[in-house]
Amino acid sequence: MMTSTELLRKISEYQFVTVELNLYLDTHPGDELARADYYYYSARLKEVMELYEAAYGPLMNFGHSPTDAGSYVDSAWPWE
Amino acid sequence: MWIYQKKLQYPVNITCPNPRMAKALMAQYGGPDSELGAAMRYLTQRFSMPDNRVKATCNDIGTEELGHWEMIGAMIYQCLRDAPLKEMEAAGLAGYYTMHGKGVYPADPNGVPFTASYIQCTGDPIADITEDMAAEQKARATYEHLMTLTDDASLLNPLRFLREREIVHFQRFGECLEILQNL
Ligand SMILES: [Fe+2]
Repeated sequence: MMTSTELLRKISEYQFVTVELNLYLDTHPGDELARADYYYYSARLKEVMELYEAAYGPLMNFGHSPTDAGSYVDSAWPWE
Repeated sequence: MWIYQKKLQYPVNITCPNPRMAKALMAQYGGPDSELGAAMRYLTQRFSMPDNRVKATCNDIGTEELGHWEMIGAMIYQCLRDAPLKEMEAAGLAGYYTMHGKGVYPADPNGVPFTASYIQCTGDPIADITEDMAAEQKARATYEHLMTLTDDASLLNPLRFLREREIVHFQRFGECLEILQNL
């Protein structure tokens, strides 16, 4: 199993790609290749997010992580 | 609306106290060309943009800037966290400490608090996007100045990441300007 740091790194890598593609698609919404890449990498991002959350608790608030909000409070805040 | 994700866009792990750099970093936390200014500028200009591509760009870059503001806040916090009071005083932070302790307050390195007068929304899309392009270049220049002030890799790595994001944002806003000119 990957450590939480390793999984967070994977999440950040996929997020970097999807943010880049997202901003590119904002000004080039008709680029089919970029749309396919975005679709592919957002699926990868979803996979690693689910792996992380199953092992280390929720990453998101307001119901967007399928885990209890109690453990959201307890995990380390990202500036600590 | 926005959903919070409990992670930074790029990791920040500063273990060595550095009040001198905490002070300098405030340029990007509460200064005129700060990440806070960037986020507020784009997120408020987006409403009156006449093209969906430009609305999306202002919305999404504005959102990314909020994540950058969080990174800079984390950097300032970690630079101050274990800093002895004597070192904060030597770095010129006695006034800051008096008013804010080791809290992270949106002011520039000279203590001038953030104000909405740092940003504009003219409602004129060409004027607004041109301001945004200038803002990205000013932020890039500020990051380069910050990078000349330190040789600590735990500061340089996130600063390098943030500098590169300004270059990408400038590129996207340039495309927005072209879109607007061809409407
Ligand atoms: Fe930016």
